[in-house]
Amino acid sequence: MQFDSMSDFFHMGGYAFYVWLSYGVTLACVATLIVGSARQKGRVLREIAQKMQREQRLKQNRSTKQ
Amino acid sequence: MWKWLHPYADPQRAYRLSERLQPWFTLLALMFICVGTVWGLAFAPSDYQQGDSYRIIFIHVPAASMSMAAYMGMATAAFVGLVWQIKLADWAAAAIAPIGAVITFIALFTGAAWGKPMWGTWWVWDARLTSELILLFLYLGVISLYASFEDKVVAARAAGILTLVGVINIPIIKYSVEWWSSLHQPSTIRITEESTMAPEMLYPLLINILGFGFMIGAITLVRFKAEILARNGMRPWVRELATATGAK
Amino acid sequence: MLRGIGYTQAFFTLLLRDLKIAVRHRGDIFNPLLFFIMVVTLFPLGIGPEPQMLARIAPGVIWVAALLASMLSLERLFKADFSDGSLEQMLLSPQPLSLMVLAKVLAHWLLTGVPLIIMAPLLGLLLNLETQSYAALIATLVLGTPVLSLLGAIGVALTVGLRKGGVLLSLLILPLYIPVLIFATSAIDAAGMNLPYDGQLAIIGAMLAGSLTLAPFAIGASLRVSTN
Repeated sequence: MQFDSMSDFFHMGGYAFYVWLSYGVTLACVATLIVGSARQKGRVLREIAQKMQREQRLKQNRSTKQ
Repeated sequence: MWKWLHPYADPQRAYRLSERLQPWFTLLALMFICVGTVWGLAFAPSDYQQGDSYRIIFIHVPAASMSMAAYMGMATAAFVGLVWQIKLADWAAAAIAPIGAVITFIALFTGAAWGKPMWGTWWVWDARLTSELILLFLYLGVISLYASFEDKVVAARAAGILTLVGVINIPIIKYSVEWWSSLHQPSTIRITEESTMAPEMLYPLLINILGFGFMIGAITLVRFKAEILARNGMRPWVRELATATGAK
Repeated sequence: MLRGIGYTQAFFTLLLRDLKIAVRHRGDIFNPLLFFIMVVTLFPLGIGPEPQMLARIAPGVIWVAALLASMLSLERLFKADFSDGSLEQMLLSPQPLSLMVLAKVLAHWLLTGVPLIIMAPLLGLLLNLETQSYAALIATLVLGTPVLSLLGAIGVALTVGLRKGGVLLSLLILPLYIPVLIFATSAIDAAGMNLPYDGQLAIIGAMLAGSLTLAPFAIGASLRVSTN
């Protein structure tokens, strides 16, 4: 361990703001990207499911009219 | 020669393969980034000139080097997609673009946050920062071009051409910016001299570079799978998946 | 026979056609030129009229204005042909597409690049440009504006099928313009300090040679993609 204590570690030799700001923003960006990417799949599948339901309804309407 | 690759050009197989690969990429990325970051933040010695502010390097350099590598990956995929008309490659390129943009933004932001304590300003028109900014513009151009076409087959081709034009231009832009900044800035402060880096600092850095690479790979696989599903909405296997999630 | 038309003849037919069309719509030539002059006029008003300061920023201002003017005029390069269907005829013609595209870009440069080059010394006068820089200004514009037209045409070809391509176009091609801007302004700066600037000119010349050989193929491929 390079630092003597936990508070020393968070202090970062006086550069705490810049170091933690960089790490924080990086974490936030990556987290947003990962969450967005992970949700993409669910969204796509839901859209396809909705489209299938629409097609189903369309088919039913047609068959009842005939 | 391409025979062994051919089965993977089938969307369903590619989907299965990326599904199988993804946990490994995620695991490796988590492992490398955790080890590298903890080592870099807590155990690496502090720099005798820059104190502890240099610890930004452990995300700045991986992000910067990966931003370029991601563009090269995207360009390779776009080239394959354009020349051999392999749609999977187009989808892979579309999957990489937003990731590359985010990584480039991270490199820029951490560069600025490092510049403030070292140079006294958030932004200097340093050659590397400037060419990174232009790289971000190139990414944004590709993304918005891809987004502005309704027909995604056309969108992928157009974005692919733009990506390849960008690839030819990147070395020219990089060279011109470097030359320009050496003309306007009497070389004042250089952040990193890689060669003089102590191994205790170098190892966590290399580990983090690897970790970032795996992380980009993992996120690419996630987006790639979603892209495959979105472009194959009419196939029965995708419809099965959709009914399975719709039933939940 | 349709196929009897040679490559040279096709090239010049298209070139003359574009020139004729532009002469009939004179606004297409004058508006970008007017824009170029207006932008340059705004800078002294915004920054202040000190001659020294103006002389310092003159190369950059003139070149940035030229960049924007060229981009603005490029937007209509394929638009009319696309909407009235003659672009598709061009795509279907037996002559190579890159040749036809080159003729169109050349016509565009003759109509917007050349007037810009003629106007530039006058603007240099307004901005108090150093006397020894005029030759460099003209030389960089002569070599540089064709590069702008060629690179820009790629972006225009990619966005021609889109309804609102204007803002997108600037995002696509301005990053590609940066090297030209850097070397052109530094050549003019060097000339202002009585230093040799043939190195910068040679690099812009190399860019011109490179884009002249590669860009027509990229433009052709882009047109095929975005018009299908």
